[in-house]
Amino acid sequence: MSDSEHLLEVNDLHVEFRLRDGIAKAINGVSFYLDERETLAILGESGSGKSVTAQAIMGILDSPPGFVTGGEVLFQGTDLEKLSPKARAKYRGPKLSMIFQDALSSLNPVFPVGWQIAEMFRVHQHMNRSDALAKAITLMEKVKIPAAKERVRAYPHQFSGGMRQRIMIAMAIALDPWLLIADEPTTALDVTVQAQIMDLLKELQEESGMGLILITHDLGVVASVADRIAVMYAGRIVESSDIRPLYANPLHPYTKGLLESVPRLDQKGQDLLAIGGLPPNLLAMPAGCPFNPRCRYAFDKCRAGEPPASEEIEPGRTAACYLAGRLEGAHA
Amino acid sequence: MPDVILKAEELVKHYPIKTGVVRRTTGKVRAVDGVSFELHRGETLGVVGESGCGKSTLGRLLMRLEEPTSGHLDFDGVDMYAQKGRDMDRMRRDIQIVFQDPYTSLDPRMTVGDIIAEPFKIHPDVVPARKRKERVRELLDLVGLSPEHINRYPHQFSGGQRQRIGVARGLALNPKVLILDEPVSALDVSVQAQVVNLLDHLQRELNLSYVFIAHDLSVVRHISDRVAVMYLGKIVEIGDDAQIYEHATHPYTQALLSAVPVPDPVVEESREQIVLTGDVPSPANPPKGCRFHTRCWKATEKCKTEVPLLQLRGDGQGQHLSACHYAEALK
Repeated sequence: MSDSEHLLEVNDLHVEFRLRDGIAKAINGVSFYLDERETLAILGESGSGKSVTAQAIMGILDSPPGFVTGGEVLFQGTDLEKLSPKARAKYRGPKLSMIFQDALSSLNPVFPVGWQIAEMFRVHQHMNRSDALAKAITLMEKVKIPAAKERVRAYPHQFSGGMRQRIMIAMAIALDPWLLIADEPTTALDVTVQAQIMDLLKELQEESGMGLILITHDLGVVASVADRIAVMYAGRIVESSDIRPLYANPLHPYTKGLLESVPRLDQKGQDLLAIGGLPPNLLAMPAGCPFNPRCRYAFDKCRAGEPPASEEIEPGRTAACYLAGRLEGAHA
Repeated sequence: MPDVILKAEELVKHYPIKTGVVRRTTGKVRAVDGVSFELHRGETLGVVGESGCGKSTLGRLLMRLEEPTSGHLDFDGVDMYAQKGRDMDRMRRDIQIVFQDPYTSLDPRMTVGDIIAEPFKIHPDVVPARKRKERVRELLDLVGLSPEHINRYPHQFSGGQRQRIGVARGLALNPKVLILDEPVSALDVSVQAQVVNLLDHLQRELNLSYVFIAHDLSVVRHISDRVAVMYLGKIVEIGDDAQIYEHATHPYTQALLSAVPVPDPVVEESREQIVLTGDVPSPANPPKGCRFHTRCWKATEKCKTEVPLLQLRGDGQGQHLSACHYAEALK
């Protein structure tokens, strides 16, 4: 398969944080790809490495303590890891772009929002002030901020959470990126506003054809927008799949556990089957499969040696578990 | 007749807005603006709403952590807001609260044992001094923590475990009612289920009544017997599980429910979604008439002028309390 087939291809990515207490291996061999017009959800709990993966792709990892220690990030066939920091910076904005969970702390409180959006054009396209500001207004209208013309001079604190997230989105799509990474874009928002923002993202994607990576912990949001999903646990992708088969028939015990532990709005009654225990400490990973201390199905092989490798179980579906695809018959 | 343990009547809490050097009151934030409901013994009443709807202020009013602007609160037949001094202290024993953020609601310089035993300093007669350590160990065991951890500090625990410590502290005085203010919102899903199951289990074991305040409608559905939906300081609809989740009649409830994505792509594809426009208006200046009319697709002239009362209205299957002139269940 030629590398240029995919918009983004991440191969065997490794990231570690060199801390005073030791080396935390945050990402341990993560591989996935994304095509144009496609939405990939990266799902995981806190500490699973989903945000670090995004930061590594963007090249905005805090370094030190974070270091990419292996693997490649191919964007349209170019390995971004091999580029100089300066060359890489040119990719951020026009080629790949990112929005964050917390819009209030991502915006500069002392500049008007219009100025901040306009900055994208002034820096990357050397546009003059008034043209850039006019572009900023168009963008604010595009992300459906009411009375954009009047509010272009307002400051971030004068907007509600949902509106601030729209401004973040406006900045992220200002230069028509090929790839947008949304890191928990709606976690801090109320559900009615969350629905508005997810609708807006979908609409913008349909219009421009960009690839979207949605990082989230919410199985519901994933179900409503994603085409494919990668489930992360302790710095590894434990399962990846098209969206429908994953919900219908999860291959990995962790995915199965997650699906059983979320209460559903459309159902009432059954007990939640909680996953016992806690995610592992990245400084002291268990031997074998990192999920084994919490796994209902774990047997001797899971508790020793290297973690199970990710294998294709069905066409288009991979899982890193010795029992993948055979959970139904296995002893719980 | 249901056995009512807590009865709120027209609770109101306004916060003054002060401006200028002389701190003149120029307006008021109507955080809770006329809320009435009953909590039955042994049940869980869920209170849902978006940020700023007044659900947390309501929780604090129910414990009298805030003095109400007006209104009545009956706890087990006694008027709570009329109690003074020692009588009030005694009453508060029976109604305790667990806060949302397990990271800031526990004093980092106190051991877990001291945190859980702190209520006994104010209410020394609940457990005699020499038995307190034992009681703390019992409580730790009850919430699923190891009694050996009594001398540890909060930072040595994970988020879910800290929330268990908060619950243990809430249970220290053997309360009858527990106010749970977003108890699982800060937790990861796999851990959230553990705490939800714990709360379920404790309720049955100790015959507790819960007021469960949350923004997550799925969690609320899972744990609650009845649900009250709040918008801008008012309850817009209240009913049992089926009444709210199967045939809600208030447009706001319908929109809120429809905004929650279901973790099942097959359901998601076929689902009609109502997407509301705009944000929640400021509670300092709520819209006249029905407070939801600015975002409602059903709103008419009547909604702009006439406040709809929370009263029994037909839902296709029967009747339940709803505050909409045009209350009707979705087909």
